[in-house]
Amino acid sequence: MAESDTRQATEERLYFYQDDRDTTCPFAPPPGLRALNDHAPVTRARIWDGSTPWLVTGHAAQRAILSDPRVSSNDKLAGFPYPNKAMAETAHHHPLTIFNADGADHTRIRRMMTRPFTRPRMEALRPQIQQFTDELIDTMLAGPKPVDLMHALSLPLPSLMICALLGVPYEDHDFFQEHASFATRSDKTTEEQQAANQALGGYLAGLLQKKMGEPTEDVLSDFATRIKDGDLTLPEATLLSMILLIAGHETSANMITLGTALLLDNPGQLARLREIDDTRDVANAVDEILRYLTVATFGQRRIAAEDFTFEGADIKAGDGIIVPLPAGNWDPEAFPEPEKLDLTRKANHHHAFGWGIHQCLGQQLARIELQVVFGTLYRRVPTLRLAVERDALAFRPADALAFGIGELPVTW
Amino acid sequence: MKVVVDEEKCVAAGQCVAAAMDVFDQREEDGIVVLLDENPPAALAEDVRNAAAVCPALAIRIEE
Ligand code: HEM
Repeated sequence: MAESDTRQATEERLYFYQDDRDTTCPFAPPPGLRALNDHAPVTRARIWDGSTPWLVTGHAAQRAILSDPRVSSNDKLAGFPYPNKAMAETAHHHPLTIFNADGADHTRIRRMMTRPFTRPRMEALRPQIQQFTDELIDTMLAGPKPVDLMHALSLPLPSLMICALLGVPYEDHDFFQEHASFATRSDKTTEEQQAANQALGGYLAGLLQKKMGEPTEDVLSDFATRIKDGDLTLPEATLLSMILLIAGHETSANMITLGTALLLDNPGQLARLREIDDTRDVANAVDEILRYLTVATFGQRRIAAEDFTFEGADIKAGDGIIVPLPAGNWDPEAFPEPEKLDLTRKANHHHAFGWGIHQCLGQQLARIELQVVFGTLYRRVPTLRLAVERDALAFRPADALAFGIGELPVTW
Repeated sequence: MKVVVDEEKCVAAGQCVAAAMDVFDQREEDGIVVLLDENPPAALAEDVRNAAAVCPALAIRIEE
């Protein structure tokens, strides 16, 4: 057989990659992906546009590829494995951001954003996060039931926190929350999302200008100082603010909602969680829930900047690379019996926040929000339960920003 | 145990502080790693090894 025929024959059997979860088992990664991890942790797969990027599923292989300087996040390079058509069509005019920058550019941008999100700063916010959580639960318990947990707690908490960190005045919260959730909601049309983005951008730019005159202790004032110092332009600072706002919203909200659905499905583990007092043990439990659900399901997208051999694969410059984080987090080599939710297992080496230089900037904020919520909600509301059949839950379509459930009706 | 950190590589993810806060801190102005104790006591050895293992930028090295 000619070489091209062999290649074609092999390609016909390629795994078709998309995040197609089995609806009877929505908390688990797609079964096909798990099977691949067992026998081919680095392999070619086909994606929506017919191209055949590399798919890296093993935990160790994911670590190696995501920290390899020969691998780029530059989404303007030919061969980049876009998640969908809309992204492919708009990539050439994507500005340089923290997400698609490499090397020195990435370091420069990232270091302008890290200050407010350090672990010590986030620890210091714990009492405030606890207070917001308690107040939201008070309001929920005082109101009618059943209630949608997404709107009662999961969305408002990250929203209140990011507003407080950015320095958005309290009276503007309603505007802010509505437009922020709009911009990331997959049930809105592209036009509606663009309009919401524009409204938010305009609002943030106005606020940045105000903070240039009257700085306060917050992220927008930090950025305003950098504008005055000539390190950033107003549009750049507006974009950074938008990124923080959007990246910090839906992901955390989905973890609260989906995590609650998962725990209600695992009453033994839920009972155990209620008994945990030590903050480190709560932290560990949260890492296990992060691992198990890995809500950033869409697969990190990269492209090879040079030729190299990786785990026996001949990777060429310009080859697309996709790293589906849920597969690494369910790799039995790294997490024995991965399908078992075990809140006492050591789990902080998971990839729920990615790995390498792009690992989540807001992870310590997200972790502490989740530690507070998961350490409080089920104790204060011990009889919390679904108000609908589990089968009636509407899991979000695969192409959404983060995997999750649109709403979670609960009662107690 | 001797700990070595690389400030150039550090991406300020905060993982080392979460794992071993008596040994690592983050710089006030940009969150870059600050090594508080170059020779941590044996009692902290496990936490420090964990900190090195979960550093996403591979910026922590341990010399036994
Ligand atoms: C549970 C909640 C969260 C999850 C699961 C999550 C997940 C992730 C993942 C997987 C990445 C890696 C992207 C890549 O490799 O290209 C990432 C990056 C990022 N996240 Fe998060 N995230 C969460 C919360 C947050 C919060 C609260 C913020 C901000 C306030 C935030 C801001 C960012 C930013 C700015 C980046 C880009 C970092 C870079 O490219 O250097 N995230 N996140």
